[in-house]
Amino acid sequence: MSVAETESSKMIVRITDGPINIESLLTDVGDPDVGAHGWFFGVTRRKTTRGDTTKITQSLSYEAHRPMAISELEKLAAKALADFQLKHIVIVHRLGDVPVGQASVVLGCSSAHRVATFRANEWIMNTLKQDVPIWKRETYSDGSTQWVHPIESDGPTS
Amino acid sequence: MQVKVLLFAAAKEAAGCDSISVEVPDDASAGEVADALAGVLPSIVDLMPSCRLAIDNEYVGRDTIVSAGHEIALIPPVSGG
Repeated sequence: MSVAETESSKMIVRITDGPINIESLLTDVGDPDVGAHGWFFGVTRRKTTRGDTTKITQSLSYEAHRPMAISELEKLAAKALADFQLKHIVIVHRLGDVPVGQASVVLGCSSAHRVATFRANEWIMNTLKQDVPIWKRETYSDGSTQWVHPIESDGPTS
Repeated sequence: MQVKVLLFAAAKEAAGCDSISVEVPDDASAGEVADALAGVLPSIVDLMPSCRLAIDNEYVGRDTIVSAGHEIALIPPVSGG
């Protein structure tokens, strides 16, 4: 876990091997000077459809280059704090097995106004999915497994 | 010199190990390390073109010079979130 705090803002970045306790994070972005808390939860989805084929996911399993993932998350959190005029930010990513419906990533930020939090959440998730060295492996209902290594031509993924 | 390369996800699975040492000339570039890696691990050749390289937890270009003490990582396309 990494916490960087200045007089006016706070940044928390964490990688965890168990379920993410979302409720315990809610106060991390609280501040009397903000008017908006923006949250995003990425959760394991059951169905993946590509073309005419739909596969049923049993679970996702995540692994990371852990020290580099922390470093990349810190970099993008610091950039988001500055670029979107955020007050506070918290990013938690889970590793290991994440069953359908449970959160693999939780992102929260706060700002004086709501638009900054909407924009920040989108930018942070897009950048996380592009640069943070974390990988997911699908285990499908038929028992087969597959690492997910999206390339640009795949278009948006989960 | 010998340099150690960390492997992840499909590259780790295809190689059957989470790190491997490769022999490269002194002052080799990251790209030369990647080429040497492909030479000793034919199973990851198809994945290599889409992979990035990192040294000491920072992404680097293929021209970056590698030293023996560096920790090098082969980073397949990421899929966090």
